[in-house]
Amino acid sequence: MRPSVWSNAGRAMAASLDGQISLRGVTKVFPGHDGHPDVHALGPVDLDIARGVFFTVVGPSGCGKSTLLDVLAGLSPATSGTVTFEGRPLAGGVPDGIGAVFQQDASFFWLNVRDNVAFGLRRRGVGGREIDRRVDDALAFMGLADFAKAFPAQLSGGMRQRVCIARTLVLEPKVLLLDEPFGALDQQTRLLMGDELLRIWRETGATVVLITHALDEAAMLSDQVAVMSARPGRFIDIVATGWPRSRDSRIVSDARFGAITAHLWDKLREESLRAMGVGDPPDNRVTGA
Amino acid sequence: MTSRRLDQILLAAGVLVLWQLLHWAVGPDVVSSPWATVARAIELMRTVAFWGHAAATASAFGLASVIAIAAGIGLGLWLGLHRFAGDVADPILGTVYSIPKITLYPLILLVFGLGISAKIAFGVIHGIFPIAIFTMNAVRNVAPVYRRTARVMRLSSVATAATILAPAALPEIVTGVRVGVALTLLGTLIGELFAATSGLGFALIRAMDVHAVTDILAITMLIFIFAASVNAALGLVERRARHGG
Repeated sequence: MRPSVWSNAGRAMAASLDGQISLRGVTKVFPGHDGHPDVHALGPVDLDIARGVFFTVVGPSGCGKSTLLDVLAGLSPATSGTVTFEGRPLAGGVPDGIGAVFQQDASFFWLNVRDNVAFGLRRRGVGGREIDRRVDDALAFMGLADFAKAFPAQLSGGMRQRVCIARTLVLEPKVLLLDEPFGALDQQTRLLMGDELLRIWRETGATVVLITHALDEAAMLSDQVAVMSARPGRFIDIVATGWPRSRDSRIVSDARFGAITAHLWDKLREESLRAMGVGDPPDNRVTGA
Repeated sequence: MTSRRLDQILLAAGVLVLWQLLHWAVGPDVVSSPWATVARAIELMRTVAFWGHAAATASAFGLASVIAIAAGIGLGLWLGLHRFAGDVADPILGTVYSIPKITLYPLILLVFGLGISAKIAFGVIHGIFPIAIFTMNAVRNVAPVYRRTARVMRLSSVATAATILAPAALPEIVTGVRVGVALTLLGTLIGELFAATSGLGFALIRAMDVHAVTDILAITMLIFIFAASVNAALGLVERRARHGG
């Protein structure tokens, strides 16, 4: 039994494969202070993320993955280049239709689960009955219906992250940005949340942009995986996985899963070693993927 | 909860036993027995004079608390929201907080004279700094992810402050108020001990002058009960703020 809000979302999928998010020559430089030099964190990068795609960005730590997410969310302006969302350039601030879930627990500890999920709708002045209906749907969708009256302190880390996801989904975002949302969770919970994420992506029709350092997660979840270089972050490879839309975590037993993960690791290892200034001895070098 | 209650009862019983033992050891001229003290406290509470002193202390303490809380939170919020001002003020506040305020008492007396205003001022200077420090840190330590969440939800800065920053900082602020109010009571009573014409601190000093041991202990016990009640009430508020319900 599917909550009504989500049933119409699949229609968005039929839409064109135009770039819903486009980056052109985007760079991010953090100005230095106290005598420290400027930090060139990102780019220049060009990127098109099509509507409804599950897009994942992997890269060595400190490569500017999170900076990329901030820039495409409009949380932080690009130093140069343009970011467009649905064809319109970002003009300071986060555009309507973008939702984000972060690695750190962002559930509001002073509100119960229900009020957490209703928060955004209340701030937008949505009517009381409409809020009740949409919150009920979101709670049911995220398996939180039995915990509506609980406070975050009474929930596990995984459940709190579900609260944050429900709080974002209830606003019906067209793009869902996820900055290592499962980074703080244990392995088993991560796999289950991965399945959950695929289900959310399928049933809401939202475009998902996931930032992660876990290659298996990237290989399992994504339509496309972009591999970033060490700082300043650029894309060194974009891999199309070719998974069917109806996939779940069981594809980890598919032979291609291993091949994709190996390919990603190959690219990333090379890049990480280069960034550390360590090269493989020539005879040891892994040959092309 | 029940085991905690049991612990509290055991602690109270232990204190009473130690008190009684001390009374036997040093004699009634130094420490009156618990029962004599409780009886005297009940007797005192039936006199008009006692309630006059209690009212004097309560009004000074109440006013001092209100001023310390309002000014402390106001100052702390401002410093917490302004990075540079906070960085400058942080070590200054810490230093002032750790100064023994008693050294300022002559100055306070010269400025405010004998009477309620000196007591209030002395209470305020004890309470205001911990409240300001706790509040400043509470605002500074609000998890950055909350600010990011607010921006993704496209909240205005006023809405962010009112609906996210304030409740997120509240538990720490209440902790500061709890510490600050306890110190405000301390400051008020010290003020009464040294130079006042009314109040429980004054009654205590007068009892000491005439060596009325039972009176001293009875008044001390009543002050202790009052302070513990205030602390327990604020502890309840703190727990509510922390767990949201």
